[in-house]
Formats: sequence, structure tokens, C-alpha cells
Amino acid sequence: MKSSVIVFPGSNCDRDVAVALEKLQFKNSMVWHKDTELPKSDLIVIPGGFSYGDYLRSGAIAAKSNILTEVIDAGKKGALILGICNGFQILIECGLLQGALLRNSGLKFISKNIFIKVQSNDNNFFSKYKRNDVLKLNIAHNEGNYFTNKKHLKELEDNNLIPIKYCNEKGNIDIESNPNGSINNIAGIFNSKKNILGMMPHPERMIDKVLSEEDGLGLFSSLMN
Amino acid sequence: MIITKDQIKAHGLKEEEYKKITELLGREANLVELGIFSAMWNEHCSYKSSKIHLKKLPTKNDIVIQGPGENAGVIDIGDDDAIVFKIESHNHPSFIEPYQGAATGVGGILRDVFTMGARPIALMNSIHFGSPENKKTQNLLNGVVSGIGGYGNSVGIPTVGGETKFNSTYNENILVNAMAVGHVDKNKIFYSKAKGVNKSVVYVGSKTGRDGIHGATMASAEFDENSEEKKPTVQVGDPFTEKLLLEACLELMKDKSIISIQDMGAAGLTSSSVEMASKGKLGIELNLSEVPCREKNMTPYEIMLSESQERMLLILDDKKENAAKKIFDKWDLDFVVIGKTTDTNRLVLNYNNKKVADIPITALADEAPKYERKWAKSKISKNKIKVKELKKIKIEDALLRILSSPNHSNKSWITDQYDQIVMCDTIQKSGGDSAVIRIHNKEKAIAISVDSSANYCKADPKSGGKQIVCENWRNLISVGASPLAITNCLNFGNPEKPKIMGEFVECIEGMKEACEFLNFPVVSGNVSFYNETNSKGINPTPVIGGIGLLNKLNKIINMKLKKTNSLIIVIGKTIGHIEQSAFLQENFKIYDGPPPEINLTNEKNNGLAVLKLIKDNLVLSAHDISSGGMLTSLAEMSMASKIGLKIYKPKKLIDSIEYFFGEDQGRYLIEIDKNNRKKIESLLKENNIFSEVIAEVQNDIFEVEKMFSIKVSDLYNSNNQWYHKFNAIK
Repeated sequence: MKSSVIVFPGSNCDRDVAVALEKLQFKNSMVWHKDTELPKSDLIVIPGGFSYGDYLRSGAIAAKSNILTEVIDAGKKGALILGICNGFQILIECGLLQGALLRNSGLKFISKNIFIKVQSNDNNFFSKYKRNDVLKLNIAHNEGNYFTNKKHLKELEDNNLIPIKYCNEKGNIDIESNPNGSINNIAGIFNSKKNILGMMPHPERMIDKVLSEEDGLGLFSSLMN
Repeated sequence: MIITKDQIKAHGLKEEEYKKITELLGREANLVELGIFSAMWNEHCSYKSSKIHLKKLPTKNDIVIQGPGENAGVIDIGDDDAIVFKIESHNHPSFIEPYQGAATGVGGILRDVFTMGARPIALMNSIHFGSPENKKTQNLLNGVVSGIGGYGNSVGIPTVGGETKFNSTYNENILVNAMAVGHVDKNKIFYSKAKGVNKSVVYVGSKTGRDGIHGATMASAEFDENSEEKKPTVQVGDPFTEKLLLEACLELMKDKSIISIQDMGAAGLTSSSVEMASKGKLGIELNLSEVPCREKNMTPYEIMLSESQERMLLILDDKKENAAKKIFDKWDLDFVVIGKTTDTNRLVLNYNNKKVADIPITALADEAPKYERKWAKSKISKNKIKVKELKKIKIEDALLRILSSPNHSNKSWITDQYDQIVMCDTIQKSGGDSAVIRIHNKEKAIAISVDSSANYCKADPKSGGKQIVCENWRNLISVGASPLAITNCLNFGNPEKPKIMGEFVECIEGMKEACEFLNFPVVSGNVSFYNETNSKGINPTPVIGGIGLLNKLNKIINMKLKKTNSLIIVIGKTIGHIEQSAFLQENFKIYDGPPPEINLTNEKNNGLAVLKLIKDNLVLSAHDISSGGMLTSLAEMSMASKIGLKIYKPKKLIDSIEYFFGEDQGRYLIEIDKNNRKKIESLLKENNIFSEVIAEVQNDIFEVEKMFSIKVSDLYNSNNQWYHKFNAIK
């Protein structure tokens, strides 16, 4: 399996996600944002960080970069695309995913471990998990408060396009366990073909026993299949 | 044009200092030159009051690669790995403009570390605010915390801990000290010393604006009611450009094109160019018309004194200019040759083909004033506080009062605003005795701790200076690390006052003794004087940032209790020294009396014994005993793990308040397996280490036999409320 990690000026989780991909034996390349050609890849990852300093609006400038034209093309042709944190924001800004990521409801940057519940595993990203699995992952963002209109929200819910929702340790999806005010506790969404996933939590931060638990590994091993 | 007395004063110089300037120049200075002298000769840049005392500190041993005098200190941690680290203050700017002041404090210290070729791997901080009742405190706290987070999160360096304290002494002078730690191959360290004549001097990074002009001069003076007007002297941070500059510099450093490199920190282009030339015993000639400016019509004076952030000065190998420019182009950063090195030993500045300044380099650096200021011995109170004469207080109430106080409350409200995990090498984040960061791709880690004890230093500066080095040492040991070296940030009032200068001199004396005894050298640091408003100075607040090494990742310990039925041993003797304790301060507002005594021999023996037990896999968890005494530390272990403790009833020999809340030094709590008790006790006895089994681990109840019992969740709740209540929208 070949993967590409797109690097923007200001990306800062690019190395972290490359470590995760290589741990799972992906043949990974780092792709600079000014490049105009994407290496042949089964998986494209848009990593977290502060592309262009989050100036103007998180993800807005990165969405207009050279390489994004290629990423959009590949996504439309069915390539797997994973956007984490700032990557999720970029996927929304470039139109591959719908909705908006607003400022956290608490108006502060939040960095902490949270729990998410797997809502569906009939897809390429979560197949190694079971439905209703509760995962502990780390979040670190200022704008992770997902919002969308009623019609789109219904579409997401009706078509299993919300693979993960914030929950508590026991798996209850409630207001108290929602860290940022996301509508319906949404932690990540798919496009309608489920080849593009945007998620706020960082799976690459939970893959190493020395540092943490390993709840993020399943996502990368699902993608390896 | 003749320089007037008012101009001299406005530049923070004394008249006799200006007289010396004219002697060194052999003529009157012009305004540009006056500005340059003021920037180089102010306290912040010249260390004129502190230099002769700082020299007393031990700065060398066999692991020190670079001591004070460079952008940061460097120590050897084996296998060609070196750690670059430094702590620095950004106190004055942060009081005037908390967000930008704190943010640029972080930015500045990061540049100090990556200038030396190191990739920053962790940020720490020590922040001090006025009393919570002071109406400025909430705004300052919020601004500083979001500034620290805003900068570190964006650059992508984990902020993994530090300390936050409140005391009315900081009402008008908050402290913001930031520490950065980086990792470098010890064969690829870069220095600021210029070498070679006629080499290109290159300006890289952000453009120069009008922000921060006279920042260093402002930071070398007291505040008064008009300090708000100093806002324009505060720099504005741009973490995005910092990230680009970091990556561009590290990319350029892969080969040897850089001869010397210096970041433009305090006093901007002035101090960076003078320092490079001075260290290389060279001259430097700059064409200021070439300096990339953000604003129109900037004068040579403004260009030389601007403290715009995210800028660096490089001296490059002749043949490497094109390759270097390509790298900076890739990262969309300015890269401009603005001058060359010369053999004249002079700083010569040209602007629009006119010479605007010409100063001997030695006049700016070596000839900067050095003062042996008068100092007075501190008066040490010998008063004893008799606990029995105080109003009776229940032990559990006193404990809860301490745990719920601003200074002891859980700080996750703050640390949840910092990305602590980015870079994916954080083994232990904030909340423990030390942060632990793995060296990327290696089977080893470093421990980092930042500490201060201003109350102790106020009561007895020398003893306090010793104590704070020891506490730092203890915190590193408590995670299983061998302490290696420290950086210090010395925050004091106005050094022109003998009392303040005395506090400074005595604190240094204490630190020196402890550092020498523990073989714990000082490799970098910073002095911040004039933390004073309307003639009221802060309590002496030296802050220590220490680094320890963990050679094996499986020998890392934390303070979380591991299993029921194991035992808790206290290492080190408990006498019950109650003066200057959190118990007296939080419950009775009593600040009188001497701080606890430091016995360096016990300190070292106890610490090394704990380290040995950890390395022999005999310790399940460990925590040092510090502010709040033994009972507070036991409660902290319980809260960290949400597991309870049954603490044995203390023997009648000591008053139970003094026993539980006394702050005797050199003590640790360790959790051990019951089956190892005999082995451990005999090991400790062999080494003449005092120890005592004082508690056993049990389910969720925290109790002292026959005295009180409380649910761990209740302890936890009382420890977790203060910040949320304080910052709830009012």
C-alpha cells in the first residue's frame, strides 16, 4: 500500500502521521504543497497542524494550494483520503466534505484525551473495529465544532456517514462528553462514497505503547487492508 | 546635533554612562549610536548588575558541552545526542500585553534553541500572577495562557508542564518565564561566533517593523502608573513564520554552510550583529537600506532597535549563498545579504550611501558597564510558630483548604489549552513531578522540571536558593531520571536597592552551594531585574529548569498509585518544620519564620537512594514531598490514580499537624510491593537512609487511621474546582 502525506507550510503533525503509516508498513511519501503532481497513492493523508498559520480561516489558504487540485481529482476518482484535525478543516474548505468547523463552544483551544464511539465499520477506515467500540484518542484544536444544515445532517445520519461520535468512557453519547459543541457529537464524517474521511481526533497519537494506549492503530490497519 | 540630558534619560542611561560613551567614541554620539548603546548597555542585555555574581555559579562538568554565553546551554546525553536548553523571562511585556508578551516569550526561547541547530522537543513555563482578588489577575492569566498555547501549539512543539502561582507580590509585576528544550546531534551544533573577514552577513525571516522598539530598555526599568503607554514596546508574534524559520534553518543546517548564526532577540539587529562580531573579534558593516522592512520610511534608528520577531542573522560560507537562498525561497522567507564581516573591529552602519554609525565593537560589548552594586544582608526571621497556640483546625479541613487553594489546585484548566502530545514523544505530560520526553527514535528519554519557591527565598534568600535547586533535583529523581544540569531565570526587583541586590547575591550563593554539591551545573539562564512598580519590588523569585536523563524507557516512574495492598514508604526524616508552610499560609495567612533547613548531604543521599531503588525495579510509584507537606503529597498520589490510602496514625512524638504538613526537605514517598519491604528497608538501612512505612494502598478511601476518612473522589473534586470557578464567565 502506498500513502502520501501532504505537507503545507505550518503543518506540524506530518511527521507523526508518517511514523504511524510506516509502523503499519505503508510505503509513504511526503508531498510538498507546491508540487503539481501526486505520487501514485492508495491513501492520501492531510495531516494536522496550522497550515498557513490558520490565518484567514483554518484550512482556507491550504485549500487553494497547487497540490490540492490533484488531491481533489484523486478523491473524485475514489482514492482514499484521510484528513485529521487541520486536514479535516482543509477537506471542508476545498469542498470535498460538507459543513463547517466552527470555533469550539468553550472558545478555548482544547488538547486532551477524549472518547469516541464507532458508529459504523462497513467502510475502509474502521473495518478493524467493532460497531460501538469506545476508543480513547487525543484532540488538539481550536475549531473543531462541526456544524451543518438540517438536510445534510439527516443525510449523514441516514446513510451511516458519521463513523465516530464523542462519548464518555462508558460509550454514552451525551452533552457532557462533547468537548467542542459539535452538532450530534460528531467527531468525524465521510463524503457520500465513504472514500474521504475528515476527523478531529488524532489517531496517530495513540499507536505507541510507550506513550499511550493504542486505540488509533485500528484505523491505520483498517486502511492497510 | 548634540545629545540632550533628556534624550540620555529617555534611553535609560545614566549621565555618567553617556560620558563614558563619548570617551569610548572620542566624540559625541549621534542619535542612532545613542540608541545602539542604550540597547547594548541596558540591564537586560548587558547583565551589568549581575555579571560579577553569576560568575560564581558552577557551569562546567564532563557532560557540559556549552555553558552560559551562547544562545542556550548544551549538555551531552550520550550516543552523540545532546540537549540544548534555556529559560528566559518575558515579564514586562506580558504585563503590558499578556497575549503577545507571553507568545513572543515562547517564540524567543524557541529561536535560542534552534539557532544552535537543535530541533525543539518541549516547552515548559513558570508563570506567576498577583492574588486572585486583584482585578487584573483574571485577564492576565487568560491572556498569558492563551499566548503561550497560541504560539507553541501553532509551531507544533508540545508544552508539557511548568508551574502557575499566585501571590499579591506579583500584582503589578507578573512573571512569565518560558523554557525550551531541543535535541541535536552533538557533532552538528551551531554557534554565534563569527569567523572570517569579508563573509556575507545574511538577514533571514520576517520583515522588520516598528514593533518592540526599546523593548529591552523597557524591560530594564520599573513600572509606574503610565506603564500602559509602553504597549508599542511589546513585540507581536507570528508563530507561523517561526515554524517556517525553524524548518528552513534546520534544513540549511544539514550541511555546513552556516559559519555562525544568531537570532534577533532583545535589541534586535543591534545585539545580534554586535554579539557575532564581538565573539569573533571582528568588525561588521551593514547596509541598512537592504534590510527588509514591513513599514515605509523606517529610519536607521528604528531598524537597529526594532524587536520584530522571527528574524535571524547568519554568516555564510561564500560558496553556499545560492543553495541557502533556495531553501529560504522554498519556505517563502526573506533572505537578503545586508553586510559583511570586516577586520576593523567596528560596527559600521550605512543607510542611503551615508555612514550613520561607527562604533568600536568592544565599546558595546566588553566595555559595557559592570556594577558591583551595594548589597545588604537579608534579615532572617527566627520566629517559631507554635501550632498549639493557633485556632484549632481539623486535619482534613486543613488538607482540603490547601488542595482547593489557587496555588495547589489542579491546573488542567491551563494545561488543556496546550498541545502536550504533538511530535508524539511525550511519555509524561504535565501534572507529574517532571515531564518526560522520549528522544525521537531512541530508547531513552529526558525529564524536565521547572520550579520556584519565592516564599522560601523571601524568608531566607540563601536557603531558598539552595532549596529550589534541591527541589528541582528531587522532581527529576521522582520520575527515575538522573539529574544532569539546570538553566535558571532570576526574577528580582530593582538591583540599585541594596536590599534587593542582597536578595540576589544570597540566592546565588545558595544556588551555587547546592549546584556544586549535587554536581548540577548551570548551563544557561537569564536575569530579570526591575520587576518593580512604584518602588515596590516582587519577592525574589529564582526559577530553575532542570534536565535529567532516563537511559531506559522501562524505568520511568510516575506518582500514580499502582495497586491496592502495596505500601508507602517515606524516605527522609520528618521533623515537622511548619514555618513558611502552605499549611500556615493557606489556613492562617501566616508568612513569618524561617524556611525549612537544607541538609545537602541528606538531600543527595536520599535522592541517590531513591534513584537506585527505581533502577532496581523496586519502586511502583514515587512523588517528592514539597509544598503542603507529607499529607498533601500523599493526597496528590491518590488523586493522580483515584486510588485510596490508609495512613497509619502518627506516633505521638510530633504534633500531628507538624507531622503531616511540615515541609522538611529531602523527602520522597515511594510505593512498594509488600513482598519487597524487607529487602528495601535493609538496603536503605545499609546506606543510612532514614525511612518509615507510613501507609498502605487501598480502594477509593483516603484516610488517616482513627482521625478521618474521605472519598478520593471528594479530594479530587475539591482539587479541581478553583480554576473553573475563577474563570467562569461573570
